[in-house]
Amino acid sequence: MAEKTLLKGNIALAQGAIAAGCRYYFGYPITPQNDIPEYLSAELPKIGGTFIQAESELASINMVMGASAAGARVMTSSSGPGISLMQEGMSYMAGSELPALVVNVMRVGPGLGGIAPTQGDYFQATRGGGHGDYFNIVLAPASVQEMFGLAIKAFDLSDKYRNPAMILCDAVLGQMKEPVILEERGAEAPPARPWALTGAKGRKPQFLKTLYLSDGEQEAHNLELKGKYDLLRKEDVLFEGKGLDDSEVVIVAFGTVSRIVKTAIQMAGDEGIRVGLIRPITLFPFPAEVVRRTAKKIRRVLVVEMNTGQMVEDVRLSIEDKVKLRFYGRPGGGIPTPEDVLREIKVTLDEKGF
Amino acid sequence: MKKVFSRPKSLVDCQTHFCPGCTHGTAHRLVADAIDHFGVREKTIGVSGVGCAVFMYDYFAFDAIEAPHGRAPAVATGIKRVHPDKIVFTYQGDGDLASIGTSEIIHTANRGESITVIFINNTVYGMTGGQMAPTTLLGQKTTTTPYGRNFRNDGYPIRMAEMLATLEGVAYSTRVSMHNAKEVLKAKKAVRKAFEMQIADMGLTFVELLSACHTNWRVKPLEGQKRVEEEMIPYFTLGVFKERKEKDFL
Ligand SMILES: Cc1ncc(C[n+]2csc(CCOP(=O)(O)OP(=O)(O)O)c2C)c(N)n1
Ligand code: SF4
Ligand SMILES: [Mg+2]
Repeated sequence: MAEKTLLKGNIALAQGAIAAGCRYYFGYPITPQNDIPEYLSAELPKIGGTFIQAESELASINMVMGASAAGARVMTSSSGPGISLMQEGMSYMAGSELPALVVNVMRVGPGLGGIAPTQGDYFQATRGGGHGDYFNIVLAPASVQEMFGLAIKAFDLSDKYRNPAMILCDAVLGQMKEPVILEERGAEAPPARPWALTGAKGRKPQFLKTLYLSDGEQEAHNLELKGKYDLLRKEDVLFEGKGLDDSEVVIVAFGTVSRIVKTAIQMAGDEGIRVGLIRPITLFPFPAEVVRRTAKKIRRVLVVEMNTGQMVEDVRLSIEDKVKLRFYGRPGGGIPTPEDVLREIKVTLDEKGF
Repeated sequence: MKKVFSRPKSLVDCQTHFCPGCTHGTAHRLVADAIDHFGVREKTIGVSGVGCAVFMYDYFAFDAIEAPHGRAPAVATGIKRVHPDKIVFTYQGDGDLASIGTSEIIHTANRGESITVIFINNTVYGMTGGQMAPTTLLGQKTTTTPYGRNFRNDGYPIRMAEMLATLEGVAYSTRVSMHNAKEVLKAKKAVRKAFEMQIADMGLTFVELLSACHTNWRVKPLEGQKRVEEEMIPYFTLGVFKERKEKDFL
């Protein structure tokens, strides 16, 4: 058995990025993700990498764009207001098909909000967030081990699709310590990047752009991007499923809150109530198919989130109208307790709950 | 017959979208000339801002990327940090660099990134139809200063070359003009020097080029050049504001 190391989530994520071959980090401080830049500012110079504390998140994401265009594996991390500032750059990166990892250790909002854990940025992350017709690849870890492993996965997917990838997590995952197996295996070798800007030596000049003005050019470009998103939906959906055959109710929950849900499911089991769980690991692409299939058998679905109801819309779109769907959420830093969730399970089972 | 004039190898042989007589074309040529002169076409990466020169990548025969409006210096930073051996430059208008992108240019300059910045000061937003730029002169009429720029409402025209010269990270900061052949030759030298100093890794080099936008100034091309000389130069003094002689980093 591989050895386990006790690590904080943010540090595990940074180590995952290094394991994936990322050598460039550009970012601006904001709580609750500061451990990531602090750690990388110490580690990257030791391994021939570059760390820059940028003047703003606008600058960070554009440095990321430049480094990616130059052919490097590169990342940034931020939270709430900083992620909002990066949306312009992420739109340009999706448009010019540039891979990179953007980590959002969510904090509550709107506005400056606070640093308490939340899942309030689900829409921003999964709907593209910036202007134009595009999506980010979004991964939601639920343990420190996944903070490490999904960082690697995010780089691989980002390269495979030439599209920005985001890790969506929160202060609970960022700050808590858990034992982690630091897999020896790094990322898959980054695919060749014949499109990268390296100087036109021995080849024709090439360029990266997002502006398409001639007739039909932009439409063709958008349809090409859509092709990639369709392929993602087909090939790279990730989720954890438990008790999806014989439960009375199935819960859909991601990230931090899925851990609380698991405790509640155990408590329900102790009382003889069988509850299943679908935990989306990719939020985009959303595991719509497993939700659809499961709801054909289990006709009661409960969605639990740490917001006022965002992923629930994706669940609703995945199931028939006749399926009973209930939402339970706490926004603004409120964290549901297992008892809260157990109560909601019972309400979901009760006809009067609808 | 001796050939005295030909297209630089770094320029593509094509028609540009610039208005006839626009000095953006002249500035492109100066950049291409410098890159040819130092024989670095195959290791040059250009970063265009958003403005009339956004299609730069169609005209230059080297690698290029289009940055979001104002962010070219940050994009160039990312590229140069990955490829310290390449020649990286940004090409930005006055709206791009001196308004929406002030933060990026100041901090890129302050970090002393080894890049060259070509800054086209034409006192208007050319691409979007002639609105006020941060460089618009007092009293100058634009589509958003129909009564003339008034400092009480709009502030003062900003002098970027002087401002950037105050930063330690800047190796070279100069303002030149392109309103006649003599000035174009001086501008050519300045652009060459800027690339030369980048090749010597001395810090950020900045060339502000006074440029005419006769289309949005609503004048004939020649009158545009006259206006550069008579109205712009008195306010935007030509000269070298900083020139590092050696790698005298603090
Ligand atoms: C974020 C953003 N805001 C506004 C614009 C619209 N826009 C495009 S070019 C431009 C100004 C260009 O002026 P300048 O930089 O002076 O270049 P010029 O065309 O004069 O060479 C503006 C405001 C944009 N592209 N992006
Ligand atoms: S609008 Fe002005 S800056 Fe733009 S191409 Fe025409 S003359 Fe040149
Ligand atoms: Mg302008």
